[in-house]
Amino acid sequence: MIRHLFKEIARRPLGVVCLTILGILYLCTIFSQFLAPYLPTDQDLNNAYHPPTRILMVEWRPHVQVYEQVDPSAARYEPVEGATVPVSFFSSGAQYRLWGIIPADIRLFQVEEPHRIYLLGSDGTGRDVFSRLLYGAQVSLSIGFIGICITMTLGFIVGGVAGYFGGRVDFAAMRLVEFIIAVPSLYLLIALRGALAEYFEPEQMYLVIVIILSLIGWAGAARIIRGMALSLRQRPFVLAAEVMGQSSFRILFKHFLPNLASYLLVAATLSIPAYILAEAALSFLGLGIQEPGTSWGLMLQQAQELKVFTLNLWWLLLPGAAIFITVITFNVLGDVLRDIVDPRQQMVKR
Amino acid sequence: MSAYQLLVLIMHNKPDANMNSSVMAPGKSRNFNSSPERTKPLLEVKNLKVYYPVHGGLLRRIRGYVRAVDDVSFNVPPGSTVGLVGESGSGKTTIGRCLVRLIRPTAGSIRYLGNETGSLSKKNFFPYRKKIQMIFQDPFNSLNPRMSVEQILGEPLSIHFPQMNIEHRRDRAAELLSQVGLKPDHLRRYPHQFSGGQRQRIGIARALAVEPEFIICDEPVSALDVSVQATIINLLQDLQEELGLTYLFIAHDLAIVEHISNYVLVMNRGKIVEQASAEDIYRSPKHTYTKKLLEAVPRL
Ligand SMILES: Nc1ncnc2c1ncn2[C@@H]1O[C@H](COP(=O)(O)OP(=O)(O)OP(=O)(O)O)[C@@H](O)[C@H]1O
Ligand SMILES: [Mg+2]
Repeated sequence: MIRHLFKEIARRPLGVVCLTILGILYLCTIFSQFLAPYLPTDQDLNNAYHPPTRILMVEWRPHVQVYEQVDPSAARYEPVEGATVPVSFFSSGAQYRLWGIIPADIRLFQVEEPHRIYLLGSDGTGRDVFSRLLYGAQVSLSIGFIGICITMTLGFIVGGVAGYFGGRVDFAAMRLVEFIIAVPSLYLLIALRGALAEYFEPEQMYLVIVIILSLIGWAGAARIIRGMALSLRQRPFVLAAEVMGQSSFRILFKHFLPNLASYLLVAATLSIPAYILAEAALSFLGLGIQEPGTSWGLMLQQAQELKVFTLNLWWLLLPGAAIFITVITFNVLGDVLRDIVDPRQQMVKR
Repeated sequence: MSAYQLLVLIMHNKPDANMNSSVMAPGKSRNFNSSPERTKPLLEVKNLKVYYPVHGGLLRRIRGYVRAVDDVSFNVPPGSTVGLVGESGSGKTTIGRCLVRLIRPTAGSIRYLGNETGSLSKKNFFPYRKKIQMIFQDPFNSLNPRMSVEQILGEPLSIHFPQMNIEHRRDRAAELLSQVGLKPDHLRRYPHQFSGGQRQRIGIARALAVEPEFIICDEPVSALDVSVQATIINLLQDLQEELGLTYLFIAHDLAIVEHISNYVLVMNRGKIVEQASAEDIYRSPKHTYTKKLLEAVPRL
């Protein structure tokens, strides 16, 4: 089924574009430690609000333009005529642990200290925005993924069990679902955050957010899956499985799950943006990821200063653009998947 | 696909409609022309009732009951085919599903070989799942579209023959396929790659997998084309002869039931209005409802 899906996506230009964008985004995220020239916490107070550095070709090798700070109060930098530093590729620098395990020190590109390469400028403490975007993606892009896995698993178990057994089980499950759906999710988010915060260290905030988002998110999925399970329940092949004595557990996993898989996939793709946005919103409000961690939402929060607008420090708003692109891509991919999985809607559209 | 066409088709097996029983199609042990009560019944149903509550009003209180099956009694002798006819909504499917515990009866007793099964718990009913099987009406929905034929046939095998390994199961599945007239290399295919008739054969093979004694056929041919109907019915008859099966054959078409059954139950609005041997029903229907049903069948 997965192979069939890929084939169908490959036939749609929009699907290919989305998959490519997401593929690049996730590859960058996985190898962010290797791709980023600096650690997200690497400060350089002499280079606050540095604009993106120009890259020049000198003797066919890329060099970085050297800048001079002309007005510290207005964060104005002027290029120094003729002064460049070469960019070194695959050279070793500060130690890091790839994926937290493998010790390494090779980076894709670097420049010699004390000069700095700021592909996308620097923030108020001279940290490299490009590096921070990459590290922030680790949080922002994985939170949707992990969150949706938990949500869909919970939603499938609760919805599937409710739909399969019906009766009192169904009644209890659906009242709980309605309760969760009835509470406005932003309040629930903030309330849960408040309730959970004291049990976790600030560094574990990632975990807290995943738990909160999944706790809120499963209800909607469960309700839809329950509806589908109710109709699957009456399909003769499920009855046949029951007649042959198949256990309820196996019926759920052998008959329900494969027949709901395409729905789950579409729903997951379409709801990942909600997770990314929720994390961004929480972090933006100062309730999510905290320093020294990074996420796109946190970076946006730190770009709230008036300076950003008066001095036109546009590069500090790039996390917003990253969120925008990711969310749009997931939504479009979700639409493409839905067209493939549910041809009826497609016919209506055409 | 009128009953008339079907009759013409199955006439090959049946030269004379008002026949004597010796020239019947193979697989029909029509040695008895009398009631089946003479032999010890395989299945005894007594005063079976299934009422569905009707909810109404704001509070969804029970307003009344749909009497889907209302005080039904009949016997099924071993090795025979008992036909169950009636118009849509008369409660045929409900009876069939009670027998395999898809529905809990409201009241009444179901005895299989003398043992009460109607009130057994899910766990205690399990041994009967190997003895009683069901074939469903809709061949397009009765097979899981996400499972290959091998998996479909392997499922009952792994439940009731846990000692079988994968190769063993595959061999047995292939054997079952050839038993229902399909090829062993169909094992790797998926349901959507088959025609309606072929799917119904897979459904039959799945029912046969557990080596059952008794099969409930719930309108197994009514979703099929007329020409295919005859081949499936002949297959069912051949299998009955070969494996000594007992059928409860549900249909709303009296022509088919009359052809395949030894004994016919006529149902209307949850009640059995007439039960008699197939010949008697055909020759001298007693109840007006039966006469009405018969009028729908062209006499030749
Ligand atoms: N779950 C249910 N709840 C309420 N009423 C039901 C339910 N299932 C069946 N019924 C009712 O019970 C009656 C008998 O239904 P059943 O499916 O047994 O009929 P049938 O004889 O098999 O009809 P058909 O020939 O169309 O298959 C019908 O009136 C139906 O509306
Ligand atoms: Mg029916």
